[in-house]
Amino acid sequence: MIEKELVIIGGGPAGLAAARLAAEAGVEVLIIDRMKQLGGQLVKQTHKFFGSKKQYAKFRGIEIAEILSEAALKLKVEVLAEAVVLGIYPDKVLTVLKGEEYIKIKAQAIIIATGASEKVLAFENNDLPGVYGAGAVQTLMNVHGVRPGSRMLMVGSGNIGLIVSYQLMQAGIEVAAVIEASPQIGGYLVHAAKLRRLGVPIITSCTIKKALGSNSVQGAITVRLDEAWQEIPGTETTYEVDGICIAVGLSPLSNLLAMAECRMKYIGELGGLVPILDSSYQTSQNGIFACGDVSGIEEASSAMVEGGIAGLSAAHLLGKVHPQYDELLIDYKQQLSNLRSGPGGVKIRKGLQKMETL
Amino acid sequence: MRKTGIPSLEAIRSCFPDTLVKPKAIIECYEEIPCNPCATSCPVQAITIGEDLNKQPRINFDLCTGCGICISSCPGLAIMVAEEVGEQIRFKIPYEFLPVPEVGENWLALNRQGEVIGEALIEKVLRKNKTLVVSVLVPRDLLYEFISIRRPK
Repeated sequence: MIEKELVIIGGGPAGLAAARLAAEAGVEVLIIDRMKQLGGQLVKQTHKFFGSKKQYAKFRGIEIAEILSEAALKLKVEVLAEAVVLGIYPDKVLTVLKGEEYIKIKAQAIIIATGASEKVLAFENNDLPGVYGAGAVQTLMNVHGVRPGSRMLMVGSGNIGLIVSYQLMQAGIEVAAVIEASPQIGGYLVHAAKLRRLGVPIITSCTIKKALGSNSVQGAITVRLDEAWQEIPGTETTYEVDGICIAVGLSPLSNLLAMAECRMKYIGELGGLVPILDSSYQTSQNGIFACGDVSGIEEASSAMVEGGIAGLSAAHLLGKVHPQYDELLIDYKQQLSNLRSGPGGVKIRKGLQKMETL
Repeated sequence: MRKTGIPSLEAIRSCFPDTLVKPKAIIECYEEIPCNPCATSCPVQAITIGEDLNKQPRINFDLCTGCGICISSCPGLAIMVAEEVGEQIRFKIPYEFLPVPEVGENWLALNRQGEVIGEALIEKVLRKNKTLVVSVLVPRDLLYEFISIRRPK
């Protein structure tokens, strides 16, 4: 059995930030990631990020992935890539599948930074080829350079829906419309404006009724919704599209946390079932930490900062105190409250308040 | 705008200075988001956000030199520079599509809903971190309408 001081599951923004801070404190760190390339969802993000300098604002996601991985690798953080954690046991033993090989790793501390998975939407024919999640569209286009269609309908106007629509247009794929069930655009207005000036309509109070086609998507029927979110008969519109992209939100990928018997709670504002964490991002299980989207759906900027806190805390627990532990902790908490204090942070603030009262 | 993504004419006008004899940055950042590269990239501290990242940027047009550094710093592509040149307006805008415009070409001028409103003469193309900054000349009456360009078919 392989023994490691700290194992981090997931090499996205949260996991990489955690790895860097823990390694700086002198901890021996292993990151396990199911992909070949570190960075998680950042590697698909070709747009510039918001935030401040501390969260690498104005860099593109793909560039941030490189910055974070280089920083971690420079500190001799070990990486087990293309490996999937299958199980987690009470004595902090992880079982991992790497290719055909089944590996057992015993950790002194674990940080779970597995991120999130996309929510699905129920509608007629949603299993037709050509119905994609937004993450798949980004992987095809931005990682592999493959066009997912020639004319697509986007369902969902959160930041992901708006950004992916813009990226589709950049890739030369026409976006017939962005539809949004709620009466207001979900994402940032700057993203919406970027898309509108390309001539892409954004239609609020509208949902998808069915996908058309027999072997693959050949169209879509949408319908308008009233204030009670009920379909308004007679408002159906047919779009001729060969792809439908679903961007209706994310849920924390928290299975491993549940398996580790961490105390969990369903908090809608945080995206679903999340672990209950203390201020050091430790779960109810001593030595098991969680950070990033797995502990509540938010932006990559806050995931990085949370990862920093989890990395510092895990190192501290292992008896290795980062030379700037106190200053960094104060700074990170300040960054988080700053990132969350605006109108875009209402939901996350409400969700975190609910967690605090538990 | 929350329903359509299109700002009202009043909202657009409120982003412009009284005079554009000299080039000035026009910042269309219509809501509070946690973001400040415009302020930190401005070499003359004409743009302020302050300690709270969420505050909307404020611009001091007396200080702004219209240098355009903020154009490619803004992750939201919400900044352009405008300047009066006789009967025309010179706009410097961010642009992230292929093909790259060529100097001397006439492209279509677009409004904030992507409708064609006239022509834009490509004057200069600056490549900065993959977000191009394109200088164009458009007729003066498009001042509050013009926002972007599209290649004619």
